[in-house]
Amino acid sequence: MPFNPILAFGGLACALFTLGAAGAVGWAPLPDQELLARSELVTLAPGSFAHPLPGEFLRRNHPISAPVVRAMVAAPIEIMKYQVSASDYRRCVMAGACKPADGNGSGNVPVTGVSHIDAEAYAGWLSAETGSAWRLPTDVEWAYAAGERFRGDIEGGEADPDNPAQRWLVQYRTEAALGRQPDPQPRIRGGFGPNSKGVADIAGNVWEWTSTCYVHVTEAAAGAGIASSIDNCGVHVVEGFHRTYMSNFIRDGKSGGCAVGTPPDNLGFRLVRDRLNLVQAAIRWLRLS
Amino acid sequence: MLTRREALLGSVLAAAAVATVGSIPAMAGAKEVAGLPREKVTLVAPPFVHAHDQVAKSGPKVVEFTMTIEEKPMVIDADGTQLNAMTYNGSIPGPLMVVHEGDYVELTLINPDTNTLAHNIDFHAATGGLGGGALTLVNPGEQTTLRFKATRSGTFVYHCAPGGPMIPWHVVSGMNGAIMILPRDGLKDDKGKPVRYDHIYYIGESDFYIPCDEQGKFKKYDSAGDNYDDTVKVMRGLIPTHVVFNGKAGSLTGENAMKAKVGETVLIVHSQANRDTRPHLIGGHGDHVWEQGKFANPPARDLETWFIRGGSAGAALYTFLQPGVYAYVNHNLIEAVELGATAHFTVDGSWDDDLMMQVEAPRAIAS
Repeated sequence: MPFNPILAFGGLACALFTLGAAGAVGWAPLPDQELLARSELVTLAPGSFAHPLPGEFLRRNHPISAPVVRAMVAAPIEIMKYQVSASDYRRCVMAGACKPADGNGSGNVPVTGVSHIDAEAYAGWLSAETGSAWRLPTDVEWAYAAGERFRGDIEGGEADPDNPAQRWLVQYRTEAALGRQPDPQPRIRGGFGPNSKGVADIAGNVWEWTSTCYVHVTEAAAGAGIASSIDNCGVHVVEGFHRTYMSNFIRDGKSGGCAVGTPPDNLGFRLVRDRLNLVQAAIRWLRLS
Repeated sequence: MLTRREALLGSVLAAAAVATVGSIPAMAGAKEVAGLPREKVTLVAPPFVHAHDQVAKSGPKVVEFTMTIEEKPMVIDADGTQLNAMTYNGSIPGPLMVVHEGDYVELTLINPDTNTLAHNIDFHAATGGLGGGALTLVNPGEQTTLRFKATRSGTFVYHCAPGGPMIPWHVVSGMNGAIMILPRDGLKDDKGKPVRYDHIYYIGESDFYIPCDEQGKFKKYDSAGDNYDDTVKVMRGLIPTHVVFNGKAGSLTGENAMKAKVGETVLIVHSQANRDTRPHLIGGHGDHVWEQGKFANPPARDLETWFIRGGSAGAALYTFLQPGVYAYVNHNLIEAVELGATAHFTVDGSWDDDLMMQVEAPRAIAS
């Protein structure tokens, strides 16, 4: 019989696949330290920076640009250098603590097709596995880590009281002018490179969930503080190439967005690790929490 | 199962048989036509429409068009899903042709030898010969010229119809477009008063049926012929994977959004060669709508949503009264949002508080 390369390699691939599957069955959970080591962290020193707040802001009944505040980061932030990978997320799925992701990536690519609810579930599982306190970053923390790659909302500017459509048109055209083309295929982690702070893949093609809720804020007259603030924690701030807002259960940004505007290519996340004080650490260590 | 070769060959034979039986003499009136003035029109890609007079300035003429068929892969959504498209003049839909009632349409149809399939064209506006399909079947490397008289005014679909199972496959692969035959004295409202438009946009809606692999990902094929068997299986389910305007989800949004100003009147011609649809302008209306597209019938007034039957083209006239970003959708909203049938208009101008205003912005509920 003549040598048939397709058949031969096909058979080889099959054998490898079987081996892989058999390996997975007998795979003991990694010890905590190993999982910890796999989550490469970047430590950001405390500081302050100018930050446009997320949400909708009204002054005298009209939408305005988000106020830019001086955001303070009082303590060092430990944030994952990369977005959570498909393979790490899969470990949570195998443990029965996470729902399988909708994204079709595997291995060392960011997990995609995950909702805010999924991200929270993963943080809970990882915390239990490692004895550390993992959580989603706040919008401020994310922006601080994003550094020069932070964009924020695509702004329509202050509304013309006589013509609300002006702001809609400015926003629409600003976004269109960015000319960003859809880029749906997640890349190997690190593919979008690190920013100046050493945090990788910020503003690539995976948008990230934060723990910050969507909010309607009405400014007091003459910008003297806030008259009212109504938040909606069924919707969270999502950060990436631009800032957007998604319902907690959305896994595919394309279907979760508004009628107009560029939707996120993918939804994923990265986590921050809280430093615990001695007592908290002891409780965690004893698995009492 | 039909192999690709059998399928392609079968279609050619079937269409050839039709051509033999259906051949009719096209010479009647040739003498009169010979004396008519001629005009050569260069077609433009949708949503734009070639320059034309809304009211005819002279008597009937022969209007010459040329369309080149292009088979080529086209991306139809943001995920990069590929359709092995078959197109008239390289666009989905093919270009909108505009003439006046009583004119003669003379189309030269070119099928370059870089293509692999036989094609033709069936004009719903034409009389006899399968709408011209029987007289226009061209193999790769051939061209043909068809003339038909525009006897009825209105918007009409044209599409490829090369016989048997090839017909729906070619149509849902992109081979369809529309022709608009204007009354010589222009459009009129329901009371017979002349109406004009400042802009005309042509929207061709397509339903696509892209096969999926075992993982649920859309499959890619080297050529049109390779996808035939798989595609027909999806088609027979009658549930499209994509419902889009102008060949691609998002083709008429962002930088490509259609434009108008407050006070301007827009004529939107909407065709669907295969499947029913229901256009709706969010925040606007159809002032005068020729749902069936035929201008001898008075237009309906003030429609919210209008119905375009599969295999027809309709026209809606609207004067924008308020600035903003308008979405123009197929108001099966699942098809609009999930499957792609959404376009945008950006409209500049002054806001009219009388028509609408926000009396009070959202705030905490008063206790």
